[in-house]
Amino acid sequence: MTVPDTLLTMRGLAIEGRSERGTTQIVTGIDLNLKRGEVLGLIGESGAGKSTLGLAAMGYTRDGCRITAGSIVFDGIELTTAGDEARRRLRGSRIAYVAQSAAAAFNPAMRLIDQSVEIAVQHGVMNNAEAAAAAIALYRRMQLPSPEEIGFRYPHQVSGGQLQRAMTAMAMVARPDLIVFDEPTTALDVTTQIEVLAAIRDAVEAIGTSAIYISHDLALVAQMADRIMVLRHGRLVEEADTRTMMASPRQAYTKSLWAVRTFRATRKPEMAAGTTPLLRVERLTAAYDETPVLQDVSLDLHRGRTVAVVGESGSGKSTLARVITGLLPPRQGSVAFEGKTLAGSYRGRSPEELRRVQMIVQMPDTALNPRQRVRDAIGRPLKFYLGLTGEARERRMRELLTEIELDPDQYVDRYPAELSGGQKQRVCIARALAAEPALLICDEITSALDQLVAEEMLKLLDRLQRERGLTYLFITHDLATVRAIADEVVVMKDGRIVEAGPRDRMFAPPHHPYTDLLLSSVPEMDPDWLDRLLDQRKAQAPS
Amino acid sequence: MADLATALRSAPPSAWFGISVSALYVFVALGAPVVAPFGETQVVGPAFAPWGGASPLGTDNLGRDMATRLIYGARNTVGIAVVTTVLAFLIGGGIGLISGTVRGWVDQVLGRIVDVMMAIPSLIFSLLLLAIFGTSVVSMITIIALIEATRIFRLARALALGIAVLDYVEAAKLRGEGLIWLITREILPNATAPLIAEFGLRFCFVFLFISALSFLGLGIQPPTADWGSMVRDNAALISYGDITPLLPAGAIALLTVAVNFVVDWLLHRSSGLKD
Repeated sequence: MTVPDTLLTMRGLAIEGRSERGTTQIVTGIDLNLKRGEVLGLIGESGAGKSTLGLAAMGYTRDGCRITAGSIVFDGIELTTAGDEARRRLRGSRIAYVAQSAAAAFNPAMRLIDQSVEIAVQHGVMNNAEAAAAAIALYRRMQLPSPEEIGFRYPHQVSGGQLQRAMTAMAMVARPDLIVFDEPTTALDVTTQIEVLAAIRDAVEAIGTSAIYISHDLALVAQMADRIMVLRHGRLVEEADTRTMMASPRQAYTKSLWAVRTFRATRKPEMAAGTTPLLRVERLTAAYDETPVLQDVSLDLHRGRTVAVVGESGSGKSTLARVITGLLPPRQGSVAFEGKTLAGSYRGRSPEELRRVQMIVQMPDTALNPRQRVRDAIGRPLKFYLGLTGEARERRMRELLTEIELDPDQYVDRYPAELSGGQKQRVCIARALAAEPALLICDEITSALDQLVAEEMLKLLDRLQRERGLTYLFITHDLATVRAIADEVVVMKDGRIVEAGPRDRMFAPPHHPYTDLLLSSVPEMDPDWLDRLLDQRKAQAPS
Repeated sequence: MADLATALRSAPPSAWFGISVSALYVFVALGAPVVAPFGETQVVGPAFAPWGGASPLGTDNLGRDMATRLIYGARNTVGIAVVTTVLAFLIGGGIGLISGTVRGWVDQVLGRIVDVMMAIPSLIFSLLLLAIFGTSVVSMITIIALIEATRIFRLARALALGIAVLDYVEAAKLRGEGLIWLITREILPNATAPLIAEFGLRFCFVFLFISALSFLGLGIQPPTADWGSMVRDNAALISYGDITPLLPAGAIALLTVAVNFVVDWLLHRSSGLKD
């Protein structure tokens, strides 16, 4: 150990993944240095190797992966050559891991506190009572409500944000020297994300552990990290101190990451007053069994324009889409398309009515039948609605693929498994376009995608709208997306519309308090953003 | 075909064993008249003749050649088991997929009927029905197929329930596709792997079931050669230290093991667990 305050060093690390189609290099020649008490941010799109690298910090590789070269030294211990037993002793007690989905990481059959103390007790760091006391202290530090009791609940009895905080507390019980956070807030709402982020940062500072913080969201990492490494295709693109990196990125790729979310859709002319809306939703009330999810929702969609519906998860925005398409018949209220009231259930609608309203959903993985080629997915609506067959269908299919910027020769015979997430979403768009709809309902279609890919998708949608005069109902929780493409914004909370209006008015004060909360929770590309926001909220809070 | 070739190449030895043995059974069953030295019901010598001579495995209780009976038994027992299993899958799988896709009262009614049928022990139920409808091959196939179909119904329904809520099925529903398209194009192709694995397992159960019924005298009727009744008819030999009655039993056991090896391998592949 030459530098006494270095905790973790990686030298020329290479990790290779093995699949049926041969081996792929996941991580190539990474050098990494982490000092005690330092927080290192790892940034990159999916497939950049950041999770693999995070796991490698614990001397662990996923099934089918192996370390082919390089060294990982944790506090003087060479992890690549240390035995399984030695590595197991380190994990949990000296190096801890916080995963993206706390819901999947907790054992649903055990109480939180029992899981929190498990590692510390098993590794003999402390006894049961000490560990429980430490866990409760950490629950308090993580600002969980009623820290004395929350541990005695089961995972399904607390919210997603609370679970994520409980998981961070669990990782800290044994006082590890290093914690690896792998996208800990990605699955959370913007408003919850702030709370979790602030709690994690506080706790990391107070305990003084080192941390590796992995995220695809640069604005988030900037709040946490002292230093940032940008990864792409398993290689290091750029590494610098957070402030330096934010102020003056050097590499082109880093700059493109920084420039994300600057896209703005083409402005549309003001609407002529008194036109019939393409879609009118009136006083809609809907429920799943006895749970009401939508209450008295009314909105108008005008031809060629984009209405964005924003809200946290559970606000009823996806349910609104399901009611409009007829998947969930409403309890009360009506949906009218071009002045004509539609049947409540899709079963009661004519093929022509179904054709005019198309929906694209969040997860492209489940939106395409894995046993159907791109040809079948796009070809079916062409035949079903337009009666196209043979040569004519083939020609239209190629036109559609060209339109969504996929090369027909290359992609038409592929299965969904042979496409990337962004490509799958493009195929879903093509499938919807094949029906030649008037209205396209986009339900969180960019949230499962990387930011760069998501931005490409928005550009594509904007171009299609200009060329085809499409109307969009854009459902999202991401205000950056709203700012980019919406003409009008509808804010929903607990199944009701809180506020609605044209984009410019919605993004300019004064706001409805809830809109204000949503807007201020969107991370900004500024390392001081979180501090400022927390100060601001503290000042505003009634004391 | 290329997929099949690569899959076979990477198959473990147990799967290879299973495939080879199953293939041998199929070959023997199909080619019985050519392979067998005598006719199915031909009496070739004294009853219970020892091994050797013209009858390498001796003769049975009526003096028919044991080896010949074994070969024809493969044809009859395996053939009937295959037909029964296919029928059970058509009935149970078809209704199960419809039930899981449509849901609502259709599902409730079908589900309760199946529950009632499953509540009665299957062997007793089939003995009862065979006593009522007689012991012809057709009624036996129908009765066993119906009873087995209840088990397949449950699996197919569960699979359909899981797949029917996926976005691509909803997309097809919203397109206005009918039930037949939904089931045959969207749901069934994504449920084939577990159904194929189940087919192998069900085949073994049906096969054992038929043998058990034959052993009890209510299955395949004499003089048709069949392994279950061959065990029963020659069981007395066991008392004299002659293992001949164990041969048909062994044939049953070997095929069951072989089919299970193949099924294990298919299950392993379909669940995505490699190595």
